[in-house]
Amino acid sequence: MVENLHLNYTPKDFKSDQEVRWCPGCGNHAVLNAIQKTLSELGIPKERFAFISGIGCSSRLPYYMNTYGFHSIHGRAAAIATGVKTANPQLSVWNITGDGDALAIGGNHFIHAVRRNIDINIILFNNAIYGLTKGQYSPTSEKGFVTRTSPFGTIEEPCLVGEIVIGAKGKFFARTFDANVELSTRIFTEAAKHKGASVVEVLQNCVIYNDGVYDEITNKEVRDDRTIILKHGEPMIFGKNNDKGLMLEGMKLKIVRLGENNITEKDLLVHDSGEPDPGIHYMLANMRYPDYPLALGVIRSVEGNTYETDMEEQISKVRKTAKIKCMDDLLTSGLTWIVD
Amino acid sequence: MASNSNVIKRDEVVIRFSGDSGDGMQLAGTLFSDTAALFGNDLSTFPDFPAEIRAPQGTVGGVSGFQIHLGCSKIKTPGDYADVLVAMNPAAIKANAKWVRPDAIIIFDKDNFTGKNLEMAGYIADPVAEEKLETCNVVAAPISSMVKEALKDFGLDAKLVLRTKNMFALGMLYRLFDRKLNYTEQYFDTKFVNKPEIAEANKIALRKGYHYAGTIEALNPVIRIKPAQITPGRYRNICGNTATAWGFLAAAEKAGLKFFIGSYPITPASGILEELAARKDLGVKSFQAEDEIASICAALGASFAGYLAATSTSGPGLALMSEAIGLAVMAELPVVIVDVQRGGPSTGLPTKTEQSDLLQALYGRNGESPVVVIAASAPANCFSYAFTAAKIAVEHMTPVILLTDAYLANGSEPWKIPAIKDLPEIKPPYADKNDLPFMPYKRDCEKLVRSWAVPGTPGFEHRIGGLEKTIKGTVSYIPENHEQMVKTRADKVARVADDIPDLLVFGEKQGDLLLTGWGGTEGYLMTAASELQAEGYNVSQTCFNFINPLPKNVREVFSKFKKIAVAELNLGQFADYLRIKFPEFSYYKINKVQGMPFTIKEIKDNCIKILKG
Repeated sequence: MVENLHLNYTPKDFKSDQEVRWCPGCGNHAVLNAIQKTLSELGIPKERFAFISGIGCSSRLPYYMNTYGFHSIHGRAAAIATGVKTANPQLSVWNITGDGDALAIGGNHFIHAVRRNIDINIILFNNAIYGLTKGQYSPTSEKGFVTRTSPFGTIEEPCLVGEIVIGAKGKFFARTFDANVELSTRIFTEAAKHKGASVVEVLQNCVIYNDGVYDEITNKEVRDDRTIILKHGEPMIFGKNNDKGLMLEGMKLKIVRLGENNITEKDLLVHDSGEPDPGIHYMLANMRYPDYPLALGVIRSVEGNTYETDMEEQISKVRKTAKIKCMDDLLTSGLTWIVD
Repeated sequence: MASNSNVIKRDEVVIRFSGDSGDGMQLAGTLFSDTAALFGNDLSTFPDFPAEIRAPQGTVGGVSGFQIHLGCSKIKTPGDYADVLVAMNPAAIKANAKWVRPDAIIIFDKDNFTGKNLEMAGYIADPVAEEKLETCNVVAAPISSMVKEALKDFGLDAKLVLRTKNMFALGMLYRLFDRKLNYTEQYFDTKFVNKPEIAEANKIALRKGYHYAGTIEALNPVIRIKPAQITPGRYRNICGNTATAWGFLAAAEKAGLKFFIGSYPITPASGILEELAARKDLGVKSFQAEDEIASICAALGASFAGYLAATSTSGPGLALMSEAIGLAVMAELPVVIVDVQRGGPSTGLPTKTEQSDLLQALYGRNGESPVVVIAASAPANCFSYAFTAAKIAVEHMTPVILLTDAYLANGSEPWKIPAIKDLPEIKPPYADKNDLPFMPYKRDCEKLVRSWAVPGTPGFEHRIGGLEKTIKGTVSYIPENHEQMVKTRADKVARVADDIPDLLVFGEKQGDLLLTGWGGTEGYLMTAASELQAEGYNVSQTCFNFINPLPKNVREVFSKFKKIAVAELNLGQFADYLRIKFPEFSYYKINKVQGMPFTIKEIKDNCIKILKG
């Protein structure tokens, strides 16, 4: 998909004439900027982008993009995007979705789009709340969370995006958060370049109904100690002073301090996002504060066949030896007879 | 050809093969049909099978049937009452006893008419006597023991040997109707090219059956049915599901579009997806989705990307698709939704036929959500109505629901093969540079159709979606804009009436009674009307294929008749619809909801009652 056409785009080229209607202070603004910045740098002609969204605050994003866009119905964008990409593999197809859209009403389509490994980029805005319907809990809300529909706290276990992606045989999973436009841009670029279904979970703050949901982790003062930005080929080091790391102990990940017990950088796990075995990716994707730092960056990026390419290959293989080349051939194939 | 036999001539005959769902009745019926078609008879077939793949052996619930109506003139239905019944077990007698004529020939496998089988079918000792079928010509043939004997030195296991019973029975019928065996023999040679012993075993059973029938007194004389007078041309047999699939492909080729099918398997519609999945040779992209919602959504995605797209389903699937059809209405994208109707509500009668999804198709969505609704009315014309549905969808940028039913889907008939060059042109309303700057909801004045700008085309980037919009594609909650857009979408669909043919009347253009209906009952309505006409009644008949919008001449047609009767396989949905559209007429309802087609007699009796009432 990525081509070097020397297109001199700027992020502005991807802004539509529509007024952005998200609340002031909403995390979505920064994600939109990161997406526009990413697109301007991909070297893909503008007309080849198609943004497909479902329902929810984040799903309004296609209106703000000066590309082809389709704002659809709740939960179904992954299925629509599958149709778009299958029909025209030349397009760069982006599925903009949220935690309710992708994981509640659209869970079925999300799982199967990932499983089929169709080459679409699924950007999942996770604010752990239903914003557009004014503040009900979502499938990613913490257990016990008090909302309008859970006045005594939820009694459900939340789902973890990465766990579902890997469980559905997902080959690309990354995580970023809204305020870090630089990290988001880098991750979106990798997602776009990855051939296959790419899922990017964006931790996004809803300033009205769930303000500060990720502050404990992403706040400037604490984020270096409570998150780890994974980079392929680099040891898993984190902390304000780069003094902490991750090791494998028995069947589990373990936080260690560099220098303590003679532990050096060499003892740490080195991130390999391309490892097909999902075991460690799964552990990394599921790390949660306070037991672990939350993993950011590209956690898993494994190559594999894509649905739309396999379909085209199957068709061209069949066509090479097919006797039926057009409808007239088909209509007169098999048992026919002439009446004089 | 049989010789040394007496011959009786018949104009038409109805044959029913019936047995356990594993007895190969569908194959026997299909091979008999193909042979009859090659001989030059017109015919119509209808398979009738249980929802279970292998229902408990020997039970009435597990009976699988295949009916063929063949004749020397135009055959419009698979027929009501059988002239010949082949019954492989007592349950087949139980299931069909009331569907045989008093003078029918009943051939049964007497080896299977024993203790447990009789008991399972609810008989004591003698099904023929217990069903009072003594007036029939009953042939108790030891089919099982004869195939065992014929194939005893063949080295096949007992199970495989017994699988040839259907061919023995078929051989008997070929003798009875004086037909050649060669097409059926060729079929086995081709089908089992890598298992010649299976091919040979079937051919032996076929010939043994043929000769057996020639030697027993009970099946003498042979019955001859002349070839029908048929329009010259090249013919094939086709069932409704295949015809539907091919209609789409013909439309795609004609429109210069690639074709996408997004579907989820469901009885009785799966055959459409199966046929299209096999058509990689014609470049079909077939997508078996995770559910019906994803099916239509993927089809809409493909349509957005510039494909001719369709989805095929049955009533329960259509229910799941409702919201996405509304999105297609709003986005004004072409997509065809085929609903192969079956008995409902809910899971209902999955393998049986019904016409009870009409109101769901017309109204089953939120908001003011008009779609074009078309119904096919014979197995073969599923081709032309699928073609027309696709043509309307593309040229009017609208979702179209095509209604067929289990009877059309599985029924088959000979079909004169059209040449693609003779089919109407299809012109997609692509956006061109005159449309710049592109406004997605700007329309042509005549048809109110918006232009189709396909992703990948530079300069036409735009956004569509489920929210109400202005013609520029800007989201708008302005009250007047919404009302204007709602009315425009309704008007756009109403103007499809300009492109559809007038309603045709079979019989006099005026009279005492107009017998009408829609879709799959057409052959039954026509046969009933023509018999009533022959009996001197002043009855005409018409059948609707275009339901929304209706043809423009309906009021004129209806106004010439004293009474109007609407026959349909539901509780009166189309009659109620007509009452809304044309309240100045009154409508008599003729209804049946048994998962089965009408019988001609039922329709005629009702018409006579209405005429006398």
